[in-house]
Amino acid sequence: MVRINIDGKELQVPAQSTILEAAKNNDIFIPTLCHHPKLTPFGGCRLCLVEVKGFLKPVTACTTTVGEGMEVVTSSPEIEELRRLVLELILSDHPNDCMVCEKTGSCALQELAYMYGVREAEYAGERRNYETRDGNPFIERDLEKCILCGRCVKACDEIQGVEAIDFGYRGFRAKICTSYEEDLDCEFCGQCVAVCPTGALTGKLWKLKGRPGTTKEIDTVCPYCGIGCNITAHVKKNEIVRITSAEDTWNEGWLCVKGRFGYQFVSSPDRLVRPLIRTAPKSGMPSLGRKGIKWGEVFREASWEEALDLIASRIREIKETHGADALAGLSSARCTNEENYVFQKFMRAAVGTNNVDHCARL
Amino acid sequence: MTNSIPEIEGMEVIFIIGSNTKESHPVVANRMIKAHRRGAKIIVADPRRVPMVKFSEVFLKMRPGTDIALLNGMAHIIVKEGLLNGEFVREKTEGFDQWKKSVEEFTPERVEGITGVPKEDIVRAARLYGLSRKAGIFYTMGITQHTCGTDNVRAIANLVMLTGNIGRESTGVNPLRGQNNVQGSSDAACMPNVYPGYQKIDMPGIREKFEEAWGTALPPKPGLTATEMMDAAAEGRIRAMYIMGENPIITDPNMHHTIKALGSLDFLVVQDIFMIDTAELADVVLPAACSFEKDGTFANTERKVQRVRKAVEPPGEARDDMSILLEISKRLGYDMGHDTPEKVFQEYGRLWPAMAGITYRRLDGGGIQWPCPSGTHPGTRFLYKEGFPKGKAPFSSVAYCPPAEVTDEEYPFVLTTGRNLFQYHSGSMTRTVKSIEKHAGEPYVEINPLDAGRLGVRTGEMIKVASRRGEIEIRARLTKRVSEGTVFIPMHYREAAANVITNDALDPVVKIPEFKVCAVKIEAVR
Ligand code: SF4
Ligand code: SF4
Ligand code: SF4
Repeated sequence: MVRINIDGKELQVPAQSTILEAAKNNDIFIPTLCHHPKLTPFGGCRLCLVEVKGFLKPVTACTTTVGEGMEVVTSSPEIEELRRLVLELILSDHPNDCMVCEKTGSCALQELAYMYGVREAEYAGERRNYETRDGNPFIERDLEKCILCGRCVKACDEIQGVEAIDFGYRGFRAKICTSYEEDLDCEFCGQCVAVCPTGALTGKLWKLKGRPGTTKEIDTVCPYCGIGCNITAHVKKNEIVRITSAEDTWNEGWLCVKGRFGYQFVSSPDRLVRPLIRTAPKSGMPSLGRKGIKWGEVFREASWEEALDLIASRIREIKETHGADALAGLSSARCTNEENYVFQKFMRAAVGTNNVDHCARL
Repeated sequence: MTNSIPEIEGMEVIFIIGSNTKESHPVVANRMIKAHRRGAKIIVADPRRVPMVKFSEVFLKMRPGTDIALLNGMAHIIVKEGLLNGEFVREKTEGFDQWKKSVEEFTPERVEGITGVPKEDIVRAARLYGLSRKAGIFYTMGITQHTCGTDNVRAIANLVMLTGNIGRESTGVNPLRGQNNVQGSSDAACMPNVYPGYQKIDMPGIREKFEEAWGTALPPKPGLTATEMMDAAAEGRIRAMYIMGENPIITDPNMHHTIKALGSLDFLVVQDIFMIDTAELADVVLPAACSFEKDGTFANTERKVQRVRKAVEPPGEARDDMSILLEISKRLGYDMGHDTPEKVFQEYGRLWPAMAGITYRRLDGGGIQWPCPSGTHPGTRFLYKEGFPKGKAPFSSVAYCPPAEVTDEEYPFVLTTGRNLFQYHSGSMTRTVKSIEKHAGEPYVEINPLDAGRLGVRTGEMIKVASRRGEIEIRARLTKRVSEGTVFIPMHYREAAANVITNDALDPVVKIPEFKVCAVKIEAVR
């Protein structure tokens, strides 16, 4: 631990921390745009400039490590002027699109513009214009909103190990070269979308479905693989409109394509909605994807009462004629612990057999 | 897993065998990549050039089904070069001397002959793993889905005991579970030989304990496993089945056999969220709720129990699985005595001490890893800190035996199956997601360009893949991911279901079918 002083506050902080981390852990605010706690810092946006006693020029708090006895000032008229300048420059080349932007309400740039009262572009000049090329079904790109913070590039490289995106060109023409539609390497994990501070990268499925703040958020667990990533379901009018994962979950907010973009099965029109009872004799072969089968000719809809009564009476009959061990149950690794517990208890205590298994082996 | 996922970051050596981690368990791969950036060395052993190879120090591209030879070969080198952890072997294990003799014959030369991996690479891998005292092994179905699956796991255990790479932080053996709650359904005892918490049915006193708790007499004889059920159904010994949230037609090996088995039942109930393939053979189909539509818990691959919360109402008249079962149970004259998931969980905890300390209230603060015996216990991040539960762990000799079906003149290719990144299992969920279907909606077979060249097949052309059990037509994808003589088909696609072809030969102990190896022939479809 080392002793430092930030804005007049005496603090004890871990020796390896940066000024930014030290400030953050002690509830001292320093504005940032390019910094992300799970990615390596690079001091690109220059919003986190702070003054350190004994240093001639302001330093970037995200890349400067604390030292014993260091004295830091996070805010002064000069620094605030520098920050405002940075924001004005960024906004001068940013579409005035907040009204319809998916990111409104959760945009880091919007939030800072609000804090600093930067409204219109002082430097209204030439703007970048990109053609929107679009082939992939997952990620929406609006590179005119890109502030070149580099977070997406680092997430793709450092977290996903893919390097599907990089800075292309230099200077004014600089852009993030995501070639999502052609790039076979992209895994569509959406880590880049998750870390993008602006509306430059968003999910295609989210479009016009409801912005953060207007949805109900429920923390739950991914329905797919056994890793069990923690997710947040955003719900509007009884429909899941978006899945996110918070940075402070054990999976650090990282997900894969299935967890992040694979939720539409929930509201699929193909969901079963009523109990069905067979009316046609069994043909012996399932359709295996063949189209054109009319389920109405094979099954009829039934009430729950009727379906449950039928099941109970058939179970009883078969048990009486052939014994309980002529019955068997298969449970699901996609059901909850409680349902699995109840299922095996049902087979053992209510039906009377230990013929119960699930798909762990398959 | 004996470790927890965040511990991966601290590992020195990561040995991945039979796991396509980056596609099947992507977020675990994220941690491995982080570890790699911090200097961890990664060893990958797989018949395919899977994506994690990009980060590996050594890649052992082995012939399918030769894991035992490879693992024994590595053990051979570790013993011979004296890299073993003598103290651990002395204090924590038994049977070393006997076992040592069994790996003597697995010289690098011989193992190269069996596995097709150059012996220099085997030696390098053995030295990396053998010299590390902070190594983790990761495996999945690539190890278990073989007729020798149990022996594969034993061979891994031997390697672990030999080096003492277990029972510490960032050090252990980590099977990765394929489906969100496989761990949980095993824990909760949807298995024919145990009650919840792996309490054996035929152990003295155990059945009595559950009879008392559940207030009824319970059957004393262990039941049938899933694959045995199918055989019994085909033979008429099983007359009725209740299938909840499973699609065995697509996920079981030898599809024609599964269809015949289910078709010969007197009565079949299928409870699911979709009209899955298996439901088409049912007498009654019940509409269920999915995990976004109910409360409960899942246990992930690191034994972590986490809260599942209801986010939306189920569609139409669909109901959650639990309330359906409670209703039928009542009609059969047995009242389960609880009505909410939380009460079920409490009963579960009363009957299994390792779960006793976990409550819904505590889970609101984040997941807890069992064992968690009391309300103040923090849960267990890694297992075997205090040694093995049964005292010393025994080394067990494992002989190499080739897969149940080997190639011959008529069936010259080895087929191996698995998943891809975008689809999931039988596809009943992911294949209804439009974006995923658009991107990865078509079945394909991976084939080496040299093999394809000999058959005159180009990428995108249809080819016929046939085994002794069935055949499918499927589009060829030419890729060096697979070696010559090997083809790979992802399991997700019903219109070209890999399991029409796969072998249903079982591991004799745990009854897992040999999905990972069977012999096939291939021809172009003109
Ligand atoms: S989706 Fe994932 S792999 Fe693709 S560019 Fe973004 S971070 Fe990289
Ligand atoms: S796309 Fe987003 S994350 Fe990437 S550089 Fe631009 S603003 Fe930053
Ligand atoms: S997000 Fe991906 S890695 Fe995480 S639990 Fe879901 S399927 Fe598994």
